[in-house]
Amino acid sequence: MAEATATRVGEPAPGLELPDTQGRMHALPASGEVPATVVVWTCNHCPYALAWHDRIVQAARDYEERGVRFLAVNSNDADRYPHDSLDAMRERVEAESWPFPYLHDSSQDAARAWAAQVTPHLYVLDADLRVRYEGAPDADHMEPGEEAAWLRDALDAVLEGAEPERSSTAAVGCSIKWKP
Amino acid sequence: MGRAPAIEFLWWEGCPSTEATLAMLREEVAAAGLEVEDIDVREVSNDADAVREQFVGSPTIRVDGLDIQPLPNEPIGLSCRVYRLADGRISPLPDRGEVRQTLLDAMKGE
Repeated sequence: MAEATATRVGEPAPGLELPDTQGRMHALPASGEVPATVVVWTCNHCPYALAWHDRIVQAARDYEERGVRFLAVNSNDADRYPHDSLDAMRERVEAESWPFPYLHDSSQDAARAWAAQVTPHLYVLDADLRVRYEGAPDADHMEPGEEAAWLRDALDAVLEGAEPERSSTAAVGCSIKWKP
Repeated sequence: MGRAPAIEFLWWEGCPSTEATLAMLREEVAAAGLEVEDIDVREVSNDADAVREQFVGSPTIRVDGLDIQPLPNEPIGLSCRVYRLADGRISPLPDRGEVRQTLLDAMKGE
Protein backbone atom coordinates (compact mmCIF):
# COMPACT_ATOMS: atom_id res chain seq x y z
CA MET A 1 0.00 0.00 0.00
CA ALA A 2 1.47 3.32 -1.03
CA GLU A 3 0.44 5.95 1.49
CA ALA A 4 2.21 9.19 2.25
CA THR A 5 3.45 9.58 5.79
CA ALA A 6 5.31 12.87 5.64
CA THR A 7 3.38 15.68 7.31
CA ARG A 8 4.74 19.18 7.43
CA VAL A 9 1.60 21.09 8.21
CA GLY A 10 2.42 24.47 9.69
CA GLU A 11 5.91 24.55 8.23
CA PRO A 12 7.05 26.64 5.26
CA ALA A 13 6.72 24.79 1.97
CA PRO A 14 9.96 24.01 0.15
CA GLY A 15 10.76 26.21 -2.80
CA LEU A 16 9.90 25.16 -6.30
CA GLU A 17 11.16 26.17 -9.72
CA LEU A 18 10.07 23.99 -12.62
CA PRO A 19 9.16 24.32 -16.29
CA ASP A 20 5.65 23.71 -17.56
CA THR A 21 4.78 21.83 -20.72
CA GLN A 22 5.62 24.88 -22.83
CA GLY A 23 8.98 25.45 -21.15
CA ARG A 24 7.81 28.43 -19.08
CA MET A 25 9.27 28.51 -15.58
CA HIS A 26 7.02 28.59 -12.52
CA ALA A 27 8.33 29.25 -9.06
CA LEU A 28 7.41 29.24 -5.42
CA PRO A 29 7.56 31.81 -4.02
CA ALA A 30 6.14 33.75 -6.93
CA SER A 31 6.17 37.47 -7.51
CA GLY A 32 3.02 39.10 -6.19
CA GLU A 33 0.83 38.05 -3.33
CA VAL A 34 -1.35 34.98 -3.66
CA PRO A 35 -3.90 34.23 -0.92
CA ALA A 36 -3.53 30.47 -1.27
CA THR A 37 -1.61 28.02 -3.41
CA VAL A 38 -2.37 24.40 -4.22
CA VAL A 39 0.46 22.14 -5.32
CA VAL A 40 -0.60 18.69 -6.47
CA TRP A 41 1.67 15.85 -7.45
CA THR A 42 -0.03 13.96 -10.23
CA CYS A 43 0.76 12.00 -13.38
CA ASN A 44 -0.73 10.62 -16.58
CA HIS A 45 -0.97 6.92 -15.90
CA CYS A 46 -2.19 6.46 -12.33
CA PRO A 47 -5.88 5.51 -11.99
CA TYR A 48 -6.16 7.41 -8.71
CA ALA A 49 -4.73 10.58 -10.20
CA LEU A 50 -6.97 10.23 -13.24
CA ALA A 51 -10.08 9.48 -11.19
CA TRP A 52 -9.57 12.59 -9.04
CA HIS A 53 -8.33 14.87 -11.82
CA ASP A 54 -11.63 16.40 -12.93
CA ARG A 55 -12.51 17.29 -9.35
CA ILE A 56 -9.20 19.08 -8.88
CA VAL A 57 -9.66 20.90 -12.18
CA GLN A 58 -13.14 22.01 -11.16
CA ALA A 59 -11.82 23.27 -7.82
CA ALA A 60 -9.16 25.25 -9.67
CA ARG A 61 -11.83 26.84 -11.86
CA ASP A 62 -14.09 27.55 -8.88
CA TYR A 63 -11.34 29.20 -6.82
CA GLU A 64 -9.75 31.14 -9.68
CA GLU A 65 -11.83 34.24 -8.92
CA ARG A 66 -10.49 34.25 -5.38
CA GLY A 67 -6.94 34.29 -6.63
CA VAL A 68 -5.94 30.77 -5.66
CA ARG A 69 -2.94 29.50 -7.59
CA PHE A 70 -2.82 25.85 -8.65
CA LEU A 71 0.32 24.02 -9.77
CA ALA A 72 0.44 20.37 -10.88
CA VAL A 73 3.76 18.53 -10.80
CA ASN A 74 4.75 15.28 -12.49
CA SER A 75 7.94 13.74 -11.10
CA ASN A 76 7.68 10.22 -12.50
CA ASP A 77 10.57 8.59 -14.32
CA ALA A 78 9.52 9.05 -17.94
CA ASP A 79 12.15 6.65 -19.25
CA ARG A 80 10.44 3.73 -17.58
CA TYR A 81 6.94 5.22 -17.75
CA PRO A 82 6.53 6.77 -21.19
CA HIS A 83 2.97 7.87 -20.43
CA ASP A 84 4.60 10.46 -18.17
CA SER A 85 6.96 11.91 -20.75
CA LEU A 86 7.02 15.65 -21.34
CA ASP A 87 5.42 15.12 -24.74
CA ALA A 88 2.62 13.08 -23.20
CA MET A 89 2.13 15.73 -20.52
CA ARG A 90 1.92 18.44 -23.20
CA GLU A 91 -0.59 16.46 -25.25
CA ARG A 92 -2.81 16.03 -22.24
CA VAL A 93 -2.73 19.67 -21.19
CA GLU A 94 -3.65 20.75 -24.70
CA ALA A 95 -6.33 18.11 -25.23
CA GLU A 96 -7.97 18.74 -21.87
CA SER A 97 -7.44 22.53 -21.61
CA TRP A 98 -5.97 22.44 -18.14
CA PRO A 99 -6.60 25.62 -16.13
CA PHE A 100 -3.23 25.37 -14.35
CA PRO A 101 0.36 24.63 -15.41
CA TYR A 102 1.62 21.05 -15.47
CA LEU A 103 5.19 21.15 -14.26
CA HIS A 104 7.86 18.66 -15.23
CA ASP A 105 10.16 17.61 -12.39
CA SER A 106 12.60 15.66 -14.53
CA SER A 107 15.31 15.58 -11.84
CA GLN A 108 12.78 14.47 -9.21
CA ASP A 109 14.39 17.00 -6.86
CA ALA A 110 11.09 18.71 -6.15
CA ALA A 111 9.38 15.45 -5.20
CA ARG A 112 12.25 14.64 -2.85
CA ALA A 113 12.23 18.11 -1.31
CA TRP A 114 8.49 17.98 -0.71
CA ALA A 115 8.52 14.32 0.32
CA ALA A 116 5.71 13.69 -2.15
CA GLN A 117 5.10 9.98 -2.25
CA VAL A 118 2.04 9.22 -4.33
CA THR A 119 -0.15 10.62 -7.06
CA PRO A 120 -2.25 12.49 -6.31
CA HIS A 121 -0.72 14.21 -3.28
CA LEU A 122 -2.06 17.68 -2.50
CA TYR A 123 -0.59 20.54 -0.53
CA VAL A 124 -2.55 23.68 0.34
CA LEU A 125 -0.37 26.66 1.25
CA ASP A 126 -1.42 29.94 2.83
CA ALA A 127 -0.35 33.42 1.72
CA ASP A 128 2.92 32.97 3.62
CA LEU A 129 3.49 29.66 1.81
CA ARG A 130 3.09 27.62 4.94
CA VAL A 131 1.53 24.19 4.50
CA ARG A 132 -2.02 24.20 5.87
CA TYR A 133 -3.28 20.93 4.41
CA GLU A 134 -1.65 17.91 2.84
CA GLY A 135 -3.17 14.70 1.65
CA ALA A 136 -5.99 13.53 -0.60
CA PRO A 137 -8.54 15.68 -2.45
CA ASP A 138 -11.45 13.97 -0.70
CA ALA A 139 -12.50 10.71 0.88
CA ASP A 140 -13.24 8.57 -2.18
CA HIS A 141 -11.54 8.53 -5.56
CA MET A 142 -14.49 6.57 -6.97
CA GLU A 143 -17.17 9.07 -5.95
CA PRO A 144 -17.25 12.20 -8.13
CA GLY A 145 -19.90 13.62 -5.80
CA GLU A 146 -17.20 14.12 -3.18
CA GLU A 147 -16.10 17.12 -5.29
CA ALA A 148 -12.64 17.40 -3.71
CA ALA A 149 -14.33 18.36 -0.44
CA TRP A 150 -11.19 18.14 1.71
CA LEU A 151 -9.31 20.40 -0.68
CA ARG A 152 -12.19 22.88 -0.77
CA ASP A 153 -12.57 22.85 3.01
CA ALA A 154 -8.88 23.61 3.42
CA LEU A 155 -8.99 26.39 0.85
CA ASP A 156 -12.06 27.97 2.41
CA ALA A 157 -10.36 27.98 5.81
CA VAL A 158 -7.11 29.42 4.48
CA LEU A 159 -8.94 32.12 2.54
CA GLU A 160 -10.80 33.07 5.73
CA GLY A 161 -7.56 33.18 7.70
CA ALA A 162 -8.57 30.16 9.75
CA GLU A 163 -7.00 26.77 10.38
CA PRO A 164 -8.46 23.97 8.28
CA GLU A 165 -10.50 21.62 10.42
CA ARG A 166 -8.75 18.74 8.71
CA SER A 167 -5.06 19.51 8.19
CA SER A 168 -3.74 16.14 7.04
CA THR A 169 -5.14 13.01 5.43
CA ALA A 170 -3.61 9.89 3.94
CA ALA A 171 -2.68 10.56 0.33
CA VAL A 172 -3.82 7.41 -1.41
CA GLY A 173 -2.58 6.70 -4.90
CA CYS A 174 0.21 5.30 -7.01
CA SER A 175 3.76 5.57 -5.73
CA ILE A 176 5.93 8.14 -7.44
CA LYS A 177 8.08 6.33 -9.96
CA TRP A 178 11.64 7.05 -8.90
CA LYS A 179 14.57 6.74 -11.24
CA PRO A 180 16.82 3.75 -10.58
CA MET B 1 -21.44 -25.92 -13.18
CA GLY B 2 -19.16 -25.60 -16.19
CA ARG B 3 -15.46 -26.21 -16.53
CA ALA B 4 -13.05 -24.62 -14.09
CA PRO B 5 -10.95 -21.99 -15.89
CA ALA B 6 -7.40 -21.11 -14.92
CA ILE B 7 -7.52 -17.84 -12.98
CA GLU B 8 -4.43 -15.74 -12.37
CA PHE B 9 -4.11 -12.64 -10.21
CA LEU B 10 -0.92 -10.63 -10.65
CA TRP B 11 -0.08 -7.74 -8.36
CA TRP B 12 2.61 -5.20 -7.55
CA GLU B 13 3.05 -3.64 -4.14
CA GLY B 14 3.11 -0.06 -5.49
CA CYS B 15 -0.66 0.04 -5.97
CA PRO B 16 -3.16 0.27 -3.14
CA SER B 17 -5.91 -1.53 -5.04
CA THR B 18 -4.57 -5.05 -4.62
CA GLU B 19 -6.51 -6.15 -1.56
CA ALA B 20 -9.85 -4.77 -2.74
CA THR B 21 -9.48 -6.31 -6.19
CA LEU B 22 -8.42 -9.69 -4.87
CA ALA B 23 -11.33 -9.67 -2.44
CA MET B 24 -13.71 -8.87 -5.26
CA LEU B 25 -12.22 -11.61 -7.45
CA ARG B 26 -12.54 -14.13 -4.65
CA GLU B 27 -16.19 -13.19 -4.13
CA GLU B 28 -16.96 -13.60 -7.81
CA VAL B 29 -15.06 -16.88 -8.05
CA ALA B 30 -16.96 -18.24 -5.06
CA ALA B 31 -20.27 -16.96 -6.43
CA ALA B 32 -19.56 -18.80 -9.68
CA GLY B 33 -19.12 -22.03 -7.74
CA LEU B 34 -15.38 -22.19 -8.31
CA GLU B 35 -12.64 -22.81 -5.76
CA VAL B 36 -11.14 -19.63 -4.38
CA GLU B 37 -7.98 -21.55 -3.49
CA ASP B 38 -7.42 -22.27 -7.16
CA ILE B 39 -6.71 -18.61 -7.96
CA ASP B 40 -3.03 -18.36 -8.83
CA VAL B 41 -1.92 -15.24 -6.96
CA ARG B 42 1.52 -14.01 -8.00
CA GLU B 43 3.49 -10.96 -6.97
CA VAL B 44 5.36 -9.04 -9.66
CA SER B 45 8.15 -7.38 -7.75
CA ASN B 46 10.72 -6.18 -10.28
CA ASP B 47 11.23 -5.35 -13.93
CA ALA B 48 12.42 -8.85 -14.77
CA ASP B 49 9.23 -10.30 -13.31
CA ALA B 50 7.20 -7.78 -15.29
CA VAL B 51 8.83 -8.80 -18.56
CA ARG B 52 8.46 -12.48 -17.82
CA GLU B 53 4.81 -12.07 -16.92
CA GLN B 54 4.12 -9.54 -19.72
CA PHE B 55 2.74 -7.44 -16.89
CA VAL B 56 1.11 -4.15 -17.93
CA GLY B 57 0.01 -3.01 -14.49
CA SER B 58 -1.40 -3.95 -11.14
CA PRO B 59 -3.72 -5.60 -10.55
CA THR B 60 -4.03 -7.88 -13.55
CA ILE B 61 -6.57 -10.68 -13.78
CA ARG B 62 -6.28 -13.36 -16.43
CA VAL B 63 -8.77 -16.10 -17.10
CA ASP B 64 -7.50 -19.00 -19.15
CA GLY B 65 -4.52 -16.81 -19.97
CA LEU B 66 -6.57 -13.93 -21.31
CA ASP B 67 -6.59 -10.51 -19.65
CA ILE B 68 -10.08 -9.50 -18.54
CA GLN B 69 -9.55 -6.06 -20.11
CA PRO B 70 -6.72 -6.44 -22.64
CA LEU B 71 -4.33 -3.51 -23.11
CA PRO B 72 -2.34 -4.52 -26.17
CA ASN B 73 -0.47 -1.23 -26.54
CA GLU B 74 0.34 -0.69 -22.88
CA PRO B 75 4.04 -0.74 -21.97
CA ILE B 76 5.21 -3.57 -19.77
CA GLY B 77 6.30 -2.45 -16.32
CA LEU B 78 5.58 -1.90 -12.67
CA SER B 79 2.63 0.47 -12.60
CA CYS B 80 -0.98 0.70 -11.52
CA ARG B 81 -3.59 -0.24 -14.10
CA VAL B 82 -6.25 2.10 -15.32
CA TYR B 83 -9.57 0.29 -15.71
CA ARG B 84 -12.72 1.63 -17.32
CA LEU B 85 -15.91 0.72 -15.56
CA ALA B 86 -19.14 0.03 -17.40
CA ASP B 87 -20.38 3.52 -16.55
CA GLY B 88 -17.24 5.10 -18.03
CA ARG B 89 -15.54 6.01 -14.77
CA ILE B 90 -11.81 5.47 -14.43
CA SER B 91 -10.94 3.05 -11.68
CA PRO B 92 -7.95 1.25 -10.18
CA LEU B 93 -10.21 -1.79 -9.87
CA PRO B 94 -11.82 -3.69 -12.74
CA ASP B 95 -15.55 -3.68 -13.21
CA ARG B 96 -17.14 -6.36 -11.06
CA GLY B 97 -19.63 -7.21 -13.78
CA GLU B 98 -16.84 -7.68 -16.29
CA VAL B 99 -15.01 -10.02 -13.93
CA ARG B 100 -18.20 -12.02 -13.37
CA GLN B 101 -19.03 -12.26 -17.07
CA THR B 102 -15.49 -13.28 -17.99
CA LEU B 103 -15.61 -16.10 -15.44
CA LEU B 104 -19.03 -17.28 -16.61
CA ASP B 105 -18.00 -17.21 -20.26
CA ALA B 106 -14.86 -19.19 -19.49
CA MET B 107 -16.86 -21.77 -17.57
CA LYS B 108 -19.06 -22.22 -20.63
CA GLY B 109 -15.97 -22.56 -22.78
CA GLU B 110 -16.60 -19.31 -24.65
